[in-house]
Amino acid sequence: MDVFQVEHAHTWLKLANERIQANKEQLTELDQAIGDGDHGINMARGFKEVISKLDANDYDTVADVMKDTAMTLMSKVGGASGPLYGTAFLKLSMAFKGKNVDYQTFIKGIDEAVNGLKQRGKAEIGEKTLVDVWAAVSETLQDNTTFAGDTILQTAKTAMEHTKETMATKGRAAYFKERSIGHLDPGAVSSYYLFEALSLTIDEGA
Amino acid sequence: MAYTGLVLISHSQKIAEGMKEIIRQVIKEVPIQPAGGTDENEIGTSIDKILQAIEQADDGNGVILMYDLGSAKMNAEMAIEMTDRENIKLAEAPLVEGSYVAAVEAGQGKSVDAIIDNLKRHF
Repeated sequence: MDVFQVEHAHTWLKLANERIQANKEQLTELDQAIGDGDHGINMARGFKEVISKLDANDYDTVADVMKDTAMTLMSKVGGASGPLYGTAFLKLSMAFKGKNVDYQTFIKGIDEAVNGLKQRGKAEIGEKTLVDVWAAVSETLQDNTTFAGDTILQTAKTAMEHTKETMATKGRAAYFKERSIGHLDPGAVSSYYLFEALSLTIDEGA
Repeated sequence: MAYTGLVLISHSQKIAEGMKEIIRQVIKEVPIQPAGGTDENEIGTSIDKILQAIEQADDGNGVILMYDLGSAKMNAEMAIEMTDRENIKLAEAPLVEGSYVAAVEAGQGKSVDAIIDNLKRHF
């Protein structure tokens, strides 16, 4: 894959939705342990709406796909993941606007998304949030020069698994302080599914 | 006279509505809009609901947003970024006490900034 096209964007979100629907219970259980227990339900509802929206429209640009995804997630998700994922996709949309999404444009978008997530959630790396996964993926992307699915997958997986060992200092899990250690962060896990879907999209579209 | 408006954002529709009831016992004229729960009135918050509440609470003097927990703050901040209106600000204070203090002060004709400053000092 040299250029990330509209159909790739559509496939990415379709695969992400499949993963989120299939793991809805798991995400909810993770969130029951250290949060408010709605992450799976919220993400499943939000992504289902995203797919309905994308399937019902024809898109000329990847930026427009990202924008509709952002808007739908913001208004349909309900928990903290709504404004967070909404912000991430909005930043992607802004970075891709008026551009062919080649590798450099794509990684710039992910970098902007990471900054947006940090700003929106007032979180830094290592606070046991989805930022840990997004920032790790962004860094790996910067180290590469072409779309490589497997690298993204491995990086996201490692970063997601690492959240198990850290203590939450942001989000609802922060109320649990050291009791949050030993649990995966639900947002990091849903972000992992998103990047797993991206890596498959890249491998299929190569 | 036009007052500073208030939007009460809670994860629970009942909390937002209930808070308005508590204030209304005392403060009658200040525009107060609850924005509690998701669009389906489940537990959570909604940017759309917050945006609508801002529209309804703004008499031209601006609006203060009060919130309960973290993710409500994110949605409140996004609503502020998305609205075309001026002088819409988020207060950092406990929802119940903070909203009460803000309503009393709004009833005295104080501005958005004056109320926000006072909430900062108070809490």
